[in-house]
Formats: sequence, C-alpha cells, structure tokens
Amino acid sequence: MPTNAAGRVVPTNVNGTPQRPYAGVNNDHPQGRTAAAPIRSAADYPMNGDKRVPDLETALRQCGLSDGMTISTHHHLRDGDRVALWALQAAAKMGVHDLMWFPSASFPAHAPVIELMESGNVHHIEGSMNGPLGDYCTQGRMRGLGVLRSHGGRWQAIQDGEVHIDIAVIAAPTADQFGNANGSHGPSACGSLGFALADSMYADRVIVVTDNQVEFPCVPWQIQGNNVDYVVPVDSIGDPAKIVSGTTQITRSPDRLLIAQYVARFVRDAGIMRPGFSFQAGAGGIALAFVDYLRRYMKQSGVRARFVRGGSTRYLVELLNEGLTDYILDGQTFDLDAVRSIANDPRHIPTSPFTSYNYHGKGFFNSLVDVVVLGATEVDVNFNANVVTHSDGRLLHGIGGWQNCLFAGCTVLAVPSFRDRIPVIVDQVTTLTGPGELIDVVATERGIAINPRRKDLLDAVQGSSLPIRPIQAIQRDVEKICGGKPQKPRLTEKPVAVVKWVDGTVLDTVWQVRT
Amino acid sequence: MVTAANINTLTFEAGHSGPGVRSDCRVAFMPRSAGGIDIELQSKVAAYYGDSILTQAREVLADLGVEHARVMIEDAGALSFVISARIEAAVRRAGLGEGRRSLPEPVALPAASPRDRLRRSRLYLPGSEPKYFINAALHAPDTIILDLEDAVHPAEKDAARVLVRNALRAVDFGNCERMVRINQLPLGLADLDEVVPESPDLILLPKTEHPEQVTEVEQRIARVQSRCGIKRDIWLLPILETALGIENAWAIATASPHNVALTIGLEDYTADLGVAKTAVGTESLYARTRLVNAARAAGLQANDSVYGDVGDLEGLAEWARNARALGFEGMGCVHPLQIAVIHEAFAPAPWEIERALRIVAAFEDAQARGLGVVSLGSKMIDAPVVQRALKLVQRAERMGMVTPEMRAAAVAQKPAPKTASEGGEG
Repeated sequence: MPTNAAGRVVPTNVNGTPQRPYAGVNNDHPQGRTAAAPIRSAADYPMNGDKRVPDLETALRQCGLSDGMTISTHHHLRDGDRVALWALQAAAKMGVHDLMWFPSASFPAHAPVIELMESGNVHHIEGSMNGPLGDYCTQGRMRGLGVLRSHGGRWQAIQDGEVHIDIAVIAAPTADQFGNANGSHGPSACGSLGFALADSMYADRVIVVTDNQVEFPCVPWQIQGNNVDYVVPVDSIGDPAKIVSGTTQITRSPDRLLIAQYVARFVRDAGIMRPGFSFQAGAGGIALAFVDYLRRYMKQSGVRARFVRGGSTRYLVELLNEGLTDYILDGQTFDLDAVRSIANDPRHIPTSPFTSYNYHGKGFFNSLVDVVVLGATEVDVNFNANVVTHSDGRLLHGIGGWQNCLFAGCTVLAVPSFRDRIPVIVDQVTTLTGPGELIDVVATERGIAINPRRKDLLDAVQGSSLPIRPIQAIQRDVEKICGGKPQKPRLTEKPVAVVKWVDGTVLDTVWQVRT
Repeated sequence: MVTAANINTLTFEAGHSGPGVRSDCRVAFMPRSAGGIDIELQSKVAAYYGDSILTQAREVLADLGVEHARVMIEDAGALSFVISARIEAAVRRAGLGEGRRSLPEPVALPAASPRDRLRRSRLYLPGSEPKYFINAALHAPDTIILDLEDAVHPAEKDAARVLVRNALRAVDFGNCERMVRINQLPLGLADLDEVVPESPDLILLPKTEHPEQVTEVEQRIARVQSRCGIKRDIWLLPILETALGIENAWAIATASPHNVALTIGLEDYTADLGVAKTAVGTESLYARTRLVNAARAAGLQANDSVYGDVGDLEGLAEWARNARALGFEGMGCVHPLQIAVIHEAFAPAPWEIERALRIVAAFEDAQARGLGVVSLGSKMIDAPVVQRALKLVQRAERMGMVTPEMRAAAVAQKPAPKTASEGGEG
C-alpha cells in the first residue's frame, strides 16, 4: 500500500473501487462529469400522483431489490430512527444478501445491523460507525472495508459516482402521497432533511416513509416528490424522545465551561467577533457554552452576526430572536426549540451538504464562516487531528461535517487536555481525520495553542490576558499529570476502514485492533 | 485485622468503582500467607497505561512491606497518586503496612504562603473525590480546601486522609493556597499526622469553640513538623460554627500567632440557634459582625461562610457584596463558577480605587514634604481616611487592579471632588 501526502499508508482499492491517495489540501482536481439519476418516464408513475404502497417490503420489492445493492438512509432522527433498521431487516427477510448500507450516520439504535452482517444480508457499511458497530468493524469482523466520509464527502461521493445508490430510504416526518416531504412538521419532526437530499436526487429508486401524511402539496418541501418512487405510510418513523440529540445541553463541567469561555474570549479578543461576522458551533456541551459566552460578549459590544451555522439548538434560536444574528443556516436540527423555529421562522433556513459542504462544487458556504468551534478525540503537536477513533484505534464516531468545517476562516478545536487519564494532545494522531494546516487553534483548559502558521492570530491576541501557550507546553503538562506518554495502540496490519478526505482521496486507514 | 487464621480469606477494599465514577479506582486487597503478589487489573485506560499501573501497584505494595497478596484494581482513569492512595488505604484497613507510607513522586513545593495573602475565595473540594483535585487550580480560587470533614463519609475518613496527603504532595495547585479542613478533634489530630509532613499552607479547624482547641492543633502541628524537620509555617483558620464559638471569637482569634483569619459556618450556626438560614442572613448578622470585629481586633482577616445555592449566582453576588460591606475579605465557595462572582464582589469599584489613589498620592506627597497634614487641593484629609485608602490601594494592587502607572497618574491628577463622607471621620 502506498504512503499518501500526509505520510499515511492507505489502500489503493476499497471494496473493489480504485482509490486516489490523499494529495494534500486543494491538490487533487479530478475532471469529468457528475453522476445523475436514470431517466424515468412520468408515464410509469400514477397520474393522480398517489405513490403510496402498503409497506416497506412492497416498496423494496417494486424497487427491484436484489443481492449486492446499496441501500442508503439518513440520520436526522438520530438514535430515535427506526426506518433504516426496518429497511435492512425487510431486505433480509426477503432473502437478499451482500447489501452495502450507506447511512449518513449510524447510532446505537442500529446495532442490530451486526446480526445482518453476521447472517450475510449486509456486506459492509460505508458511513460512520460507533459503539457496537464501531467495535465490530475495528475487530476486523466486517467483510468489506468501512468508508468514513464527511457529510460533504458523502455528497461528493454520490455526485461523482463513487457511490451508486440503488435504493434510498428516506424517513420523512411529513410527506404527501406524491413524495414531497419535509422534516419540520409532524409528530416526529426533526427539522432539516438536508442529508437525504443527495440520495433523493441521485439514487435509482427512492422510497419515502412517513408517519404524517398530508394532502398534496406538502409545503414547504425539502425532498421533491418528482424524485420519489414510492411512499410508505407507517404509524411511527421513530422514537421522538430520542430524535433530539442527547448532547444539546450546555456542559455543567467547570473545566469544560472554562474551555468554552476561553474560546469565546479568543473569538472576541482576536477581532473575529466584529459586525457581520459568522460562526459555527456544534451541539456538544462545550460548543453550546461557547455560544452562550459569545452571546454575552456580542451583547456587551453591540455586535450582530450576519449568519450562524447550525447544528441548531435553542441557543442559536435565542440569538436569532434577540436580533444578534440575521439568519440561521441549518444543517441539522438538534432540539425541539430549533425544530419549531425552522418550521415557523423564514430566517431559519434548512440547508444541505451541497450548499454548505460539498468540495466538488463551485464553492461551499462553510468557507465563508469566520470561525468554527469543533471537538476532537486527539490532536498532535503539528495540529493534525483525529475525530473518528479512540487513541486505542477503536472507531468512536463519524466525521459528520467536521472535515468540511475545517475550511472556515478560523478553526478552533475545543477539547479537554485529557480524558480519563488519556492525553488528547499526542505526538501523532492514531487516525488522521483533519490535516494540521487547516486547524488554527486548540483550546484546552490548560491553555490555548495557536498554530504557528497563523501568525495573524498570534499577533491579534498579543497583550490579551488569554493563556496562549505552545501546544508542546500543554502536552508536557498533561503527560506529567497522566504519568508519561500512553502506550501505543495495539493494531494489526489489516485495514478495516478508510477515512476519506473531502475530495474523495484516501486520507488514512483504520487498522484492526488486536484483542 | 489479619491473623494467621484468616489471612487467606479476608478482603479489604478502598476507593470507588461503578457507573459515574471517574478518575478513581477501587482496590480489593486480599492478604495471603504465601504465593507472592498477584494483581488483576480492569482499567478504562488499560490500553494506554495498563503496564505502568501494574508496575506502580507492585512498587506501592513493596513500599508498604506487603509480600504476599492478591489485589484487584477496578480503575476508572485514576491518576498515579490516587492509585497509590487507594492501595495504601486498603492495605492499612487490613492492619498491614504499619508505620510505612508509599509516597508519590512530589511536585515542587510552592513558596510559603504569607499570613496576609489575599483570601477572597476558598474553594471546598471533597477529600474523597480525586476527580476534582487536578483542575481546581485552573479556576483560580485564592485558596483550595481539601476537605476531610463534612464532605467525607465517616467510613471513608481514613482513606480520604491518605488521598489528601498524596494530593498535597503530587498535585500542582498552581498559585492557590493549599488548605486542609481537618475533622473535629480528636479525629483531626490523626489528620494532622498524615498531612502536616506535606506542608499544607493552612489548616482549617471546624467547630472551634474554645481557644484550647487552637492550641492543641498548633502543638500537634509543631510536633509533627519537628519530627520531620520542617520549619515552614502552617497557618490556622478556625471556623466558628456555634453560638459558643461566636461568643468566644476574641479568645479564639488570639489563641495562636499562627491564626490568620476567622471564618463562620452558617449551616451549623443556624442549626445551633434553631433558626432557618435565609438568603438575606438576618439571623446570622450578629454572629457575622461579631466575628468580623473579633478578627479585626486581633489583626486577622474575616472570611464569610459559603453560599450554598450554586445555581443562584446573582444571589451570591449580592451576598458577597453585603459581606464585603460588613468587613469580610472573602468567603467560601462550593463550585468553581462561584469564584469569579466572589472576586468581582470583593473587588473595589473603579471609583473607589480612583479616589483612594488620589488620597494615597496626597499622603505620599505630604510625607515627602515633611508635612503632618494631608491635603487634597483645599481639603484636609483625616488620618483614618488615609489609612482606609492605603489599605484599599494595597488590596487592589494584590488583585492586579492597580499598577505603578496608575499610582503615578494619580499623583499628577487634580484633587478628587469633595464628597460628604470624606470629612468628619475620626
């Protein structure tokens, strides 16, 4: 296997598809045309627009489900989702084998897919894997290689034809009989359905599953019925209690609050917080606390943002309602306040990975965001970061939009300096998920490290009372506390998954964990 | 107690495990008469530090003179000093390791704490909860209290004592003063035996009611220090928590030259009175003002109680501002979020600093010119006003609110406007 531009050993063929090794940021420029859905004829669809079928199994059969196909699902319902598992279980019941599951993300609720992999119905997963699925993969038990992509990378892979979706199954909180659908209304409302948009546009066949049928037209529609083959009415598409992310509360940890405060002060003191600026913060406890602190500073200074980027929560909604931002550009909707807002407020706008993240487009708006605050499991002294595996090599979670966000004007990783005695700042990351040249600031409770490449930021905070320190100094402190450098992960030489960069090249390999 | 008859059957435990436990470990120690040392480790961080934990456990057992035992360690990411403490506590519970200690690698001992240091905030940390120790200093309280008293269950006192000792030795508490709240006497004397060799800056004496209690603690500290060859001062802070303690405030305050402050414990005090503790503190006004008076009369700092509602930062700010107005110089806190609020409340306002700087400048000008009278423009300044201004400026300097440049600028400024309160005090 060759070594790529990041110095990582990567395979050249993944699940039978030739691969391009990572060539460096902005260095890979493939040519050609994007994929497209096959031509269909309206004559083959009901002229009264009623595409309903009684159940998912019928829909899958009429879609021509067969061995080796790719079934895609999306994750807006998060751990409350039932539809993805139903689809795969229905396929298994129909005796179909060697499916590739292509979720936009997976959750613990999807753990039973392991049984479907054991029985041969599902061959492998290309999408984030955590918990039991992550363990299954990193133990080397999945037959194919896992492929981890960012949200933007997933769109890129679909439109570039790297992944061909045979059947897309879309869980829709509201839909009409023609297949127009949105996520912002209905008993299982989850906000935006942006992650399912590419699937609906490029898949050969599209099934919409809904527990809230409305008469045509379903407005607003984010999924267009013109792309939809079948509509399956069901009693419930998920557990609403689990649809809302569990991470939408401000952290109560004093240490994490300190990190959040440092980041907000940094954004203020470095001059990033200026009239018309923009920012993005996820739904983790530190990120939400950052929003809360920044909001205070914005109020104190009378600064208003042009837009904020979500993962939206009530904290962003409050900014909107207080007049501290003109717009929320929403990629995911994380709590019920945000769901209500996106349903009712025209300034709260659903987006898709195409507009926000896709690297193979004519630009993407995340590069217009002034500052983004992200997490990470590890970051090394060269600011390379890992977000997908534990330091012991086990898959922890998906990339989400993390890689795509690195293109913001200033990328801040807000991380504790160690977790349970495990240092976060390491000599070399176990799995490379983001190149250090795109990571500008690492904020910990023991100080803020600014990437030496960003002399402008270093100059901007000269004279600030913030604890700006070299990343190596923070690492030394932590290793002293934790009792030295941790042992190296116990890995074999068998690849179990790859991490794609936003341009579709292979950034790193996830190796089997020795048990 | 281990005997020849039961040595292979008993298990002694220390520490904590289970859901929600982090940065701690549970050690099960099973002494035996032969067979050497067997250690079984279940660790959340086994992939990272498993080998070093096993090595450390063997070293600790060797330090304690244990040659034959089975040991099970359930580890939730405990740091080295915690693992040592838990093993030592379990071994001691077996009645072994008598007269021995297994001391972790020390961090550099910080400079000794001056008796009049700034003590606006003192943060209580439960002495049995190591997860709070490591990062406490990052929140910059003036002082950190490792609490062996109320925060520790009676059955955990012995283990907490060892843990606190190790923390004093191995944890870098930065610029924070390192305090230990010992238990009420006589149990607190055993606490002193364990912690004094690690030179805490200050000992808190709970429920102090008589000057003799202060003397007893002072003497015990002196004995331990003498045995260890330590000359560094350990200051004392009696906590008055009963009506009797309040009535004896002056005697307690003057009981030892090592006393640096007095403080009050309002939960116990109001319980002693049989009244409810209120948000405004009317029921404790007498006690608090009496304590302030006794402390100031003895040349000590007066420190207020804690404000227990960690969710009510506005209420805390109001309480703290009121405490400052009564003459307290700081108060306790039970959560790091309270620290900044307390520091702000105990800080002089900018206008107070500005006026005090002008008065001090006028005073220094008068001194330099050999004048006995201090005047600010056409106005004479009384001596107590000068004294108060000097104190305020010194305190503000220690808080980083007054710089030499600000003092120089004050000299060049015009006189402060006349206010009603500047004359007639004396």
